[in-house]
Amino acid sequence: MEKRRTRVGSRKAYYASKIKRATHLLFYRRHRKPGVKGWELRKALGSDYPKVLKILDNYLKALDLQVKTIFEGEKPVEKPTSEQLDKARFYVTLRGELTPKENKMIGWRIDDLAGLAITIAYIISKKGKAPRKEVEELLRDKLPGWKVSLNIDRYIRYGYLTQDENEQLYLDWRTRAEVDQKALIDLLLSAET
Amino acid sequence: MQSKRKRVKIGREKLQRIIETCKSVEERSLDPFLIDVDEIISVIKEYFPEWNLPEDLCLDAETIHRLASVIKLQSEWVKHRSTSLYTDPFLLEEKLIRIEKEEILGVFLKAWHPIVELEQISLHSLAGAIRYWEGLLPLKERWKEFPQAEFETSLATREELIKQRILLDKAFSEELENFWQELKKRVKEKGENGKIRYWDFIGAETYEKTVHRAFMTSFLVTYGYATLEIYPLEEELFIKPYEKPITNIGKKQLVSIPIAVTAEDWLRWKRGELE
Repeated sequence: MEKRRTRVGSRKAYYASKIKRATHLLFYRRHRKPGVKGWELRKALGSDYPKVLKILDNYLKALDLQVKTIFEGEKPVEKPTSEQLDKARFYVTLRGELTPKENKMIGWRIDDLAGLAITIAYIISKKGKAPRKEVEELLRDKLPGWKVSLNIDRYIRYGYLTQDENEQLYLDWRTRAEVDQKALIDLLLSAET
Repeated sequence: MQSKRKRVKIGREKLQRIIETCKSVEERSLDPFLIDVDEIISVIKEYFPEWNLPEDLCLDAETIHRLASVIKLQSEWVKHRSTSLYTDPFLLEEKLIRIEKEEILGVFLKAWHPIVELEQISLHSLAGAIRYWEGLLPLKERWKEFPQAEFETSLATREELIKQRILLDKAFSEELENFWQELKKRVKEKGENGKIRYWDFIGAETYEKTVHRAFMTSFLVTYGYATLEIYPLEEELFIKPYEKPITNIGKKQLVSIPIAVTAEDWLRWKRGELE
């Protein structure tokens, strides 16, 4: 009985130290982009890092945070292989929602955030690709003209959008990590206007 | 009945139009079902027997390639429509136009889960940085591995410059001045009316020396030390030195006079046939 208790205790200590390490890796920015690649986590935490992340995710629930996995490519993966996990990027994101008052705390003006929402929704409606000119025209309806282009550049800089040489806009890594695209479209369509 | 040439021309135009339409569907994200694939295939089939030239066959291949891209888009379109993310873009666009800023913000905040990231220095990283600094070798020691090539500078002697062919044995102006004096002397000795036959002045023992003298003579004329008198009908050419160099020569309209100094001419001069 005593032996079993000791074994459980040492396993707890093992995972506690791994969770601390994972927290450091995920919360503190290590590269130009936030988040950590699966292979980096494997190197730092060992091959059972998915289990460590699952435990951490449970801890974070109480804090309204979550560990989010973004796989390579655009679609989420149901049962990922270890190779897919190694190539995926892991982030800590907000689990619930921000209130309109809270968005000010994270440095966004209402206009800029609304513009981002419109842009993302429009690009989704166009199957993930839309000409910059069309998006600018749409934003110009509600935002001052001089601000429109600056805002789009800002969304690109932050990683929400990307642009090709033909001035076509696409959704980029940050949108995939932060925005629940399906929820956004559903909510938008059900909004009473 | 159309002639073969006319039919080929019409066929080319049709394929070109198909390529352009397919391209615009691809580039402007238009509905790929705007393209009637069956009709295009029938056009391609209809004109295929007319193609003999490689350019026409390439055009045919490009049309098929573009059509294949559109079919791929059609397949993606169907796939997208069958997913839960599909919404009628017109409906959504309508919504986006009519929705108020506050409302879209409310909607977005429900679907937005921003990344939590900290960019703060920790005690641990500070300690690490200090350890790194302490272990870091001074620049003068680290850069020892890449010794810089050392160059010594000193004054170059005239002999060295001549050896490297940067300077001639004599300064050029000095050489030109001497050459001018020689011309004046030769005119006094052998010339008439203050001038001398061109070949009598440039002609030398060897062809190489002759060419060099012709080269120097060209500078005498260009720099205003002498002038050329040309009598085209008599095919006679004289060189006439000035007593003093003319300095305003650059202000006048200058003309270039090409004078051939060939080995044959030199031999004829040697034999006295040029007089």
